[in-house]
Amino acid sequence: MNVRLLGFALCVSFFVVPAFADDTVKIGYIDPLSGGGASIGEVGLKTFQYLADELNAAGGLNGKKIEIVPLDNKTNPQESLIQAQKAADDGVRIITQGNGSSVAAALTDWVSKYNERNPGKEILYLNYAAVDPVLTNAKCSFWHFRWDANSDIKMAALTTFMRDRTSIKKVYLINQDYSFGHAVESAARAMLKEKRPDIEIVGDEFHPLLKITDFSPYIAKIKASGADSVVTGNWGQDFALLLKAAADAGLQADWYTYYAGAAGGPTAIKQTGLSHRVFAITEGVPNSASEAAQKWEAAFRAKLDVALFYPRAVNEMRMLAMAAAEAKSTDAKALAEKLEGMKIEAFDGGVAFMRKDDHQLFQDMYISSFGVLDPGAKFDEEGTGWGWKLIGAVKANDTILPTTCKMERP
Amino acid sequence: MLQLIAFSTLNGVLYGMLLFMLASGLTLVFSMMGVLNFAHVSFYMLGAYFGFEIERRLGFWPGFFVAPLAVGLIGAAVERFGLRRLHRLGHVSELLFTFGLAFVIEEIVQMIWGKLPVDYRVPPSLDFVAFRLFDTTYPAYRMFMLVTAVAIFAALVVVLKRTRVGLVIQAALTHPDMVAMLGHDVPRMFMLVFGAGAALAGLAGVIAGPALVTQPSMAALLGPILFVVIVVGGLGSLAGAFFASLLIGLIQTFAVAMNGSLAEVFGPVAPPFLGDLWQVTIAELAPIIPYLLLVIVLIVRPTGLMGTRES
Repeated sequence: MNVRLLGFALCVSFFVVPAFADDTVKIGYIDPLSGGGASIGEVGLKTFQYLADELNAAGGLNGKKIEIVPLDNKTNPQESLIQAQKAADDGVRIITQGNGSSVAAALTDWVSKYNERNPGKEILYLNYAAVDPVLTNAKCSFWHFRWDANSDIKMAALTTFMRDRTSIKKVYLINQDYSFGHAVESAARAMLKEKRPDIEIVGDEFHPLLKITDFSPYIAKIKASGADSVVTGNWGQDFALLLKAAADAGLQADWYTYYAGAAGGPTAIKQTGLSHRVFAITEGVPNSASEAAQKWEAAFRAKLDVALFYPRAVNEMRMLAMAAAEAKSTDAKALAEKLEGMKIEAFDGGVAFMRKDDHQLFQDMYISSFGVLDPGAKFDEEGTGWGWKLIGAVKANDTILPTTCKMERP
Repeated sequence: MLQLIAFSTLNGVLYGMLLFMLASGLTLVFSMMGVLNFAHVSFYMLGAYFGFEIERRLGFWPGFFVAPLAVGLIGAAVERFGLRRLHRLGHVSELLFTFGLAFVIEEIVQMIWGKLPVDYRVPPSLDFVAFRLFDTTYPAYRMFMLVTAVAIFAALVVVLKRTRVGLVIQAALTHPDMVAMLGHDVPRMFMLVFGAGAALAGLAGVIAGPALVTQPSMAALLGPILFVVIVVGGLGSLAGAFFASLLIGLIQTFAVAMNGSLAEVFGPVAPPFLGDLWQVTIAELAPIIPYLLLVIVLIVRPTGLMGTRES
């Protein structure tokens, strides 16, 4: 019995000791690893682990090793808070999250409250993809930093691009029924009205988030509306399955999207046969990136067998490392103070900067289309033989939108 | 408009028939054994995963025949070694057993195939456009699903109404003691029906897998709707399950196609406290309409559309 107990104690200590070791910095990755969002949550996790390995090889954060702690939130805000609390109890002081603005809103509230109640144990929240504008406006927080362009910035760039495409007459909006989907819809409506008042919005749809496995009824409706273009902020399987249904029904329309490049998206687009008729707004296009970025991405793809869907994650981790080096600390408050206003050469080129007023990163944004590869283009996606082609770019300074954030600093 | 109606009908009937393949087994098991089998949708998921596993090794068609059989065997084993032992402890333990089993199956599936959707593909022999109507194409695979579901329905009707086995099953539905008195092995029959129900669910999984994403959450996504179907149809009624499946399939598909909201009917100004509700379109309500129907049916007609008993 005693031997068993000893063995048990040994096992436990074996697992627990590294958790309290002083030479690691743990980053809690709170994103879906099961359920409808899992396909992209998994890609995000691999990306962050790759980035952590890269930084660790170069000495980590001030000599401390970075460890990514995966925490499955099932794209559910309540579950996210449980995971965040668990992470905090385990000594995690930096969390990163991206999928789902509903999750992000819950997390940013929780982090602010937690930090108020636990002085000296503050948590830093790095948001790499939740783009509801409210997170850097009404709900902004000193502890929250966002690396992705917010929804309004993306829609402004997309609609400016749409303004000059005179073939667009009838637009259909389809979005996920939660805060982010509604943000996309209202921005699209307002901006299209301003830039192209002649465009008729023939449909405006919200569907449940990550629950639909057959979009055929929605596609039938789009088809019946006579739309020539569809605008959608859908991500994850909600994009891939939407396009799959469009392919099945033979829908011939142009697609203006945020996240067409995520896992499963390219495969579905290829099925529709719509070459260079699906457009996406992103912070990087692999086929026209700088040589250094292409080399980096080639190594990334060779190792993980997925595309770098999150160049912003690269910017995030690099800026985190810079902040740690400058602050000579990995304490959340010290890091936050260094991140505010920080400038960096972005992964895909151009200077990106973290606006101090609201902790929104501004960076060059690109519009690209997906289709048959140009000769000489390096990267195709998901083995389809099709890839992204740069169509237009917006300079970081032209993406700046005002903020209503009244930041409370500790 | 005509186009929308035509395709919504097709999609609705297809979804309804798929629901029926699941509901038929569930409702038969319920009426015979008095057990609401929470693990029934898990058999559907197992069917999809078995189908996928066989598909990637041997191709789609072997999976189409073998996977449902395998799921049926598992179902029969669950009845023989699980439910039958619990039977004397009463319905609550049986219910809890199936409830737990659903979780166990989901965890096992995640352990073996992972949490991500698996790449279960439509077989090349069915990967073409079946027909084109009003400029919209309809994939052959969907036609195949529809035909399979209708064939299964026809086979079920024939077996239950025209064969001796069917007669005995029907008798056992209402008078199990009497059937046992007459010398039939009722427990064995329970096992067969349970196994057949599981096999039907498995077959539904095999054909739905490539079209509706094979992933560990597929059981949880379909489960609640299935209970709505059998309650609305009337617990234990096969005909009820058939009509309720079609009804719910069509309602959900058509609801998505509709745009009406209270604001459109009564004008844009909402009365106090109804601000958001006023603007919600029928399409946005589509996912909850079946549950609304469930509540209404339970209030107005607790036995369901064609049910005969209330429990």
